[in-house]
Amino acid sequence: MQSSLMRRLSVVDLYLWAFRIVVLVVVVWGMIGTIMARRYPGEVWIDFVVYGLSQGSIYALIALGYTMVYGILRMINFAHGEVFMSGAYTAYFVAAAFGRSGYLDRNPVVSLLVVLAVAMITSTAIAVLLERVAYRPLRGSPRLVPLIAAIGASFFLQYAFRGFFGSGFQAYPETQVLKGTWAIAGISILRTQAVVLVAAVLMMLGLYAFVMRTKTGTAMRAVSEDREAAALMGIDVDRAIVIAFAVGASMAGAAGFLYALVFKQVHFFMGFIPGIKAFTAAVLGGIGNIPGAMLGGLFLGIFESAGPILFLDGLGIVAPYQLKDVIAFTMLVMVLIFRPSGIMGERLVVKKA
Amino acid sequence: MALLEVENLHVYYGNIHALKGISLKVDPGEIVTLIGANGAGKSTTLKTISGLLRPRGGQITLAGEDLSAMSPHGIVAKGVVHVPEGRRIFGRLSVTENLEMGAFTRTDRSGIEADLERVFGMFPRLRERRAQVAGTLSGGEQQMLATGRGLMTRPKVLLLDEPSMGLAPVLVDLIYDSIKEINASGTTILLVEQNAFMALSVASRGYVLQTGEVVLQGSAADLKANEEVRRAYLGG
Ligand SMILES: Nc1ncnc2c1ncn2[C@@H]1O[C@H](COP(=O)(O)OP(=O)(O)OP(=O)(O)O)[C@@H](O)[C@H]1O
Ligand SMILES: [Mg+2]
Repeated sequence: MQSSLMRRLSVVDLYLWAFRIVVLVVVVWGMIGTIMARRYPGEVWIDFVVYGLSQGSIYALIALGYTMVYGILRMINFAHGEVFMSGAYTAYFVAAAFGRSGYLDRNPVVSLLVVLAVAMITSTAIAVLLERVAYRPLRGSPRLVPLIAAIGASFFLQYAFRGFFGSGFQAYPETQVLKGTWAIAGISILRTQAVVLVAAVLMMLGLYAFVMRTKTGTAMRAVSEDREAAALMGIDVDRAIVIAFAVGASMAGAAGFLYALVFKQVHFFMGFIPGIKAFTAAVLGGIGNIPGAMLGGLFLGIFESAGPILFLDGLGIVAPYQLKDVIAFTMLVMVLIFRPSGIMGERLVVKKA
Repeated sequence: MALLEVENLHVYYGNIHALKGISLKVDPGEIVTLIGANGAGKSTTLKTISGLLRPRGGQITLAGEDLSAMSPHGIVAKGVVHVPEGRRIFGRLSVTENLEMGAFTRTDRSGIEADLERVFGMFPRLRERRAQVAGTLSGGEQQMLATGRGLMTRPKVLLLDEPSMGLAPVLVDLIYDSIKEINASGTTILLVEQNAFMALSVASRGYVLQTGEVVLQGSAADLKANEEVRRAYLGG
């Protein structure tokens, strides 16, 4: 009896279990420490959550692009962070022009909508172009090949923007009406954060309705399940793939605009970290799963905003906020080890990979 | 003139010569069957007609128009629809969504509604489960759905690959009744079957395939009476 138990528990399993227990102990220990210390009042936690939600909704928008492309092509589009950057960077020029002419403050709604549209259109155009020239010719080759093409495309875009516009930060003009805070339900919330949250939620609802309710959306879901059978229904598979890229990229472009609204600057390398975080969010939610990507993004945002204080402060670590990226990427590693199919993902991962 | 005509078709999988010069034709309104042992090349023939595979030689024409260079969705738009082996329904879509995907190329709203009713009339089980996710249907229900989905395209020519595979006898009869009904309403059918007896009982003509070649062809009655066919495929 004992020997059969031993056979079922391999060394790797034991190691993973030990690892899980250690992580759990550290997390619980840290939380108890923080809560016992009572250094942070309730409002601070609310701020963390609001900040986390608004940051997370940006991750969620970007994560949608990873998940949609993966769902339909079983490919990680590693250039997606640069698609996000391209939209934000190009929209910067329009925003700056509006800022100089004073139109931005005279008519903030129209000008911000125009800037948003430019960001979305640029990202979409770049993603569609990438699909056409870099990915489509490689379809049918081993899965590593398009992955390498995507990494190449990512460098290409970064250095193209650096080459054209320099390696410095460009400051996004500020909009007067978005300065300061609003008080909503007794909570004071930064205006930019409120705008980000509302815009992101509207975009996500729109995307969800498109994928679940329209004929084109249903066709995309059919293609991602069985490409050949979808072709036999008369669905143009290439077109469905392009639409997945385009829709995902338009979300990334919108995210780029919102990101610039919060951080007020753009840079050729700005897509890298949000790109990896959004990828984490997509994996967290179960890659290929659209609601999963949305929840994964929001969850990661909150986790990374409240996590450092909640888990690390109680352990006596100084300036835990510096470690928020460590928390985010530890999370990615943990998900990959313990639940590679993500929180919303099915247990059977990708049956035809 | 034949509606669907295949001439001297050669298809390869890498170096494997799967179809070695197959010719066949289907006249308007006919049910023609393609029978043969496992690996004879029946599915390969249908996949090539529907554009999933590219022939290395030969011609496929629909009412004289060449199909062999068209994309699969272009061929569907011409009215040739392939219901593949093994059902291949979209498991995460609902029953209704699966049927709507069948009607993907159509724009006639009222016609689609009417055909949806027709499919539900043919397979009442599907109506009861219309909002259910298709992956949770039983095997027989999935076959009904696959057949119904093929019908929703309103094909001129329906290519059916082993519609009775793995079904209980009652369901086989139900599927075959629906095949006859579909044919009676004007759809031409090319039917691939392992179950040669069933196939020859609804078809007017048949072709026997062996390792990528047509070895025998004739009227269904002649094939049923043929000694070789009886020995090889009809178990007697
Ligand atoms: N994807 C593939 N790659 C390589 N060879 C293949 C492939 N698909 C089919 N073949 C080969 O081509 C030949 C014909 O296969 P096909 O599927 O057309 O047979 P079939 O008559 O439909 O058989 P069954 O009754 O078992 O469905 C077989 O020898 C098969 O091994
Ligand atoms: Mg077959």
